[in-house]
Amino acid sequence: MSNKILMDSDSIGRSITRLSYEILEKNSNSQDIVLIGIHNRGVPLAARIQNKICDISGVSLNQGSLDITFHRDDYRERLVIPQVKGTDISFSLDGKTVILVDDVLYTGRTIRAAMDELNSFGRSAKVQLAVLVDRGHRELPIKADYVGKNIPTHEGEHVNVTLTETDELDSVYLIRSVG
Amino acid sequence: MLQQRHLLGLEGYPREDIQTIIDTGFKFREVLDRPIKKVPSLQGVTIVNLFFENSTRTRISFELAQKRLSADTVNFSASSSSLKKGESFKDTAQNIEAMKIDAVVMRHPTPGAPKHLTEFIDAVIINAGDGTHEHPTQAILDMMSLHEKFGKLKGLKVGIIGDISHSRVALSNIHGLLIMGADVTLCGPPNLIPPFIKDLGVNINYNVDEVIEWADALNILRIQRERMGLGLVPSVREYRAMFGITQERLESHQKEIVIMHPGPMNRGVEIDGTVADGDQAIILDQVLNGVASRMAILYLLCGGKTNEEDES
Amino acid sequence: MKIEKMAKNLILKNGTIMDPFHGKTIAGDIWLKDGKIAGVGKVDEPKNSLTIDCSGKVITHGFCDIHVHFREPGREDKETLISGSHSAMAGGFTRVCVMPNTNPPLDTPESINFIREKAEESPIYIHPIGAVTKSQNGNDLTEMGLMHNEGAVAFSDDGLPIQNGAMMRIALEYATMMDVPVINHAEDECLRAEGVMHEGKISTQLGLPGNPDLAESAMVYRDLELAQFTGARLHIPHVSSMKAVHHIREMKSKNEKVTAEVTPHHLFFNDESLTSYNTNLKVAPPIRTESDRKALIEAVKDGTIDCIATDHAPHTIEDKETTFDLASFGMIGLESCFGAVNKILVYDEGLDLGNVLKLLTSNPRAVMGFEQDLFSQGTEAEITILDPDVEWIFEKVHVQSRSINSPYYGEIFKGKVEFTISRGLITTQLS
Repeated sequence: MSNKILMDSDSIGRSITRLSYEILEKNSNSQDIVLIGIHNRGVPLAARIQNKICDISGVSLNQGSLDITFHRDDYRERLVIPQVKGTDISFSLDGKTVILVDDVLYTGRTIRAAMDELNSFGRSAKVQLAVLVDRGHRELPIKADYVGKNIPTHEGEHVNVTLTETDELDSVYLIRSVG
Repeated sequence: MLQQRHLLGLEGYPREDIQTIIDTGFKFREVLDRPIKKVPSLQGVTIVNLFFENSTRTRISFELAQKRLSADTVNFSASSSSLKKGESFKDTAQNIEAMKIDAVVMRHPTPGAPKHLTEFIDAVIINAGDGTHEHPTQAILDMMSLHEKFGKLKGLKVGIIGDISHSRVALSNIHGLLIMGADVTLCGPPNLIPPFIKDLGVNINYNVDEVIEWADALNILRIQRERMGLGLVPSVREYRAMFGITQERLESHQKEIVIMHPGPMNRGVEIDGTVADGDQAIILDQVLNGVASRMAILYLLCGGKTNEEDES
Repeated sequence: MKIEKMAKNLILKNGTIMDPFHGKTIAGDIWLKDGKIAGVGKVDEPKNSLTIDCSGKVITHGFCDIHVHFREPGREDKETLISGSHSAMAGGFTRVCVMPNTNPPLDTPESINFIREKAEESPIYIHPIGAVTKSQNGNDLTEMGLMHNEGAVAFSDDGLPIQNGAMMRIALEYATMMDVPVINHAEDECLRAEGVMHEGKISTQLGLPGNPDLAESAMVYRDLELAQFTGARLHIPHVSSMKAVHHIREMKSKNEKVTAEVTPHHLFFNDESLTSYNTNLKVAPPIRTESDRKALIEAVKDGTIDCIATDHAPHTIEDKETTFDLASFGMIGLESCFGAVNKILVYDEGLDLGNVLKLLTSNPRAVMGFEQDLFSQGTEAEITILDPDVEWIFEKVHVQSRSINSPYYGEIFKGKVEFTISRGLITTQLS
């Protein structure tokens, strides 16, 4: 196995800043925006975006988190025990612009499950997707609105994200399994 | 994921698995707080509620749990069944299974009936109460409720009060609580506490006031009025005087204690209405946890075949 | 018999003071002040005290009979709590336990309370025993907890056996909560059948239906096993047979919660006395053979039997003055008790008087959990003064009960109660 670092703390920080500006640019009424982070690492990413948006515009957006375990589409094949922190959305989503936040976009199944779960909390006006990394290989017609970095990958490669909130340092790195 | 395929009882049940069920149950509590209380996890799963004994509360609790998981449910009750036409238990069970079902939730008046069922059908079997033997899902929701209140079960002091000898709720609670490291004291009329139950590792004390002093929580069992006519319990007023958790009795102790009851309650007999409705009682939380924990049990037993790493 | 209020300061002078609780005998005086023990042995006699000369007499604890039938409520014509009290005091008894087979029976907390309140008027201490089953029907447990709270000291369906073993088990289990004894009249109804006397050679000769000893011993054995199984207190009443004694002896070695009593008549008579067809000898359980009588005496000697209890059972003349088969079971026994047992146990069998007094005083109190240390300073005086040696003949004039159904008239007794002190009162049997 070999690892290659693709983003460090600074580059991640710059992506967060750019994503935050893009979100504000695309949505005229910032009061209706809510950020929903997808467990695990989507949650601290959503928090960073929320802070940055607050720095830029002075608006403090509502934030929630999603644990998509119960909405997975592979429940007949695999049994997954839900995360410790669980889903926490304490406000209605009716009429809101929901920005889903995740670290890596891959097959798109997690996002589909997240959108399915969002339905249980009201009927949002719009749902947009912000990811730190898009590594391609979609299995469903899902597209991110805001992307930190596009990282095309081959079979046998993985993209991992670490953040100081959950791990020791900020990084994005590629794992290539050798022969 | 859970080490045992069925949930027949809590005797010998792995401690980690009880903890897993409780933790998962708390996740499902959150689902029950959503505007739309539904997850698709058991879509396409067919569950039969096979109730040979009357029950409204347990069956409704299971049905709600099943529906909230998007499973398909079928209800079978003994009174309206082919059993009346003389069909054997085995035939009934196998006929139902032939219609391709995934799980059976069974309540039966005879101890051991669910175990018996595992011998001729293939589906996952969950015991919703087999006679005077076990009622594992009740004990799990009781433990989940205690866990919610105290943050832990280990070292907790729980008093179980009432007709122990005819209570599957008591037996399952005893197994579960001892496995999770709690301390249990039984209290009730001596002729309604089986003499050999001490061998399970519980304390016995016939003085309810001493038990109240000792315990962190009390689980109060219903005293069945049918027992009164059989010479086993002399009268309602005698039971109430000796064992009733009355307002006066609780007040005389001036202590924080959690009050539980599996329901249905005989207000004014084993428990006063004001106690049941009071601040120390968590009876309605038990009911809510009943749905959540049954969702967890169904999810963990019926969901998926393997346990693999998560991939986004 | 006169009952008078005790003098403020009463001195019992120059007696042989026998304390059955401490097992000690001393010569001396007892000073009673305001009805309480103020001094024992050498006392500072206050001025203006009344003295009773007790030279040649024994001063001991008041007797306690844990098995009597005072027929109130229901058959006050046979006996009331007050007339029974007089009968008791005449016999030297200061404390009794009354059986619940009254009419209505003592099977509710309200009826226990009735006895307790009425007993306030009595010169002696009367404790109610509660019934085990409602109306003594053998099926429905009484409200033992509430009855105990009202003052029931034990539970029994006496008069009737608890025939159903499951019911006896439940009764024993339930009673463990209150730690009081269950007292079962052990006679298997089926085996006893129509029996009116002991089944043996004599009953065969007399042509009377017999009641075999195993009707008692089989049930006693069952009760002993149940007591062991449940850990409850079991007290076996009026043991009458050698076989029952054998079972009790064996079980007692493993179980200290088992106690047993014997009546004076089972020590005094054997079934040969019944050749007279005297209905006053018709008792339940019956008077048995000489071997049984000897076995009972042996059991008293070795401690298998804990105490003496009279089973005082008053009946009207009409109930007894009829053919043997129709006569009621039972005899009065309070007035005749000491004279009879003293003669048999001390004079005939050579037992120590001190031991016999224990059987009448501290041992029965121990069974019921009553205070036993009656000579301690400040205790309410319960005292019996007796002449241990006088020979006398028992006659109707000695009877204080409302009923007179006794077989002892004309019998020669040894030892007599002369004074009984209880609840601030003193009676004298001296004419």
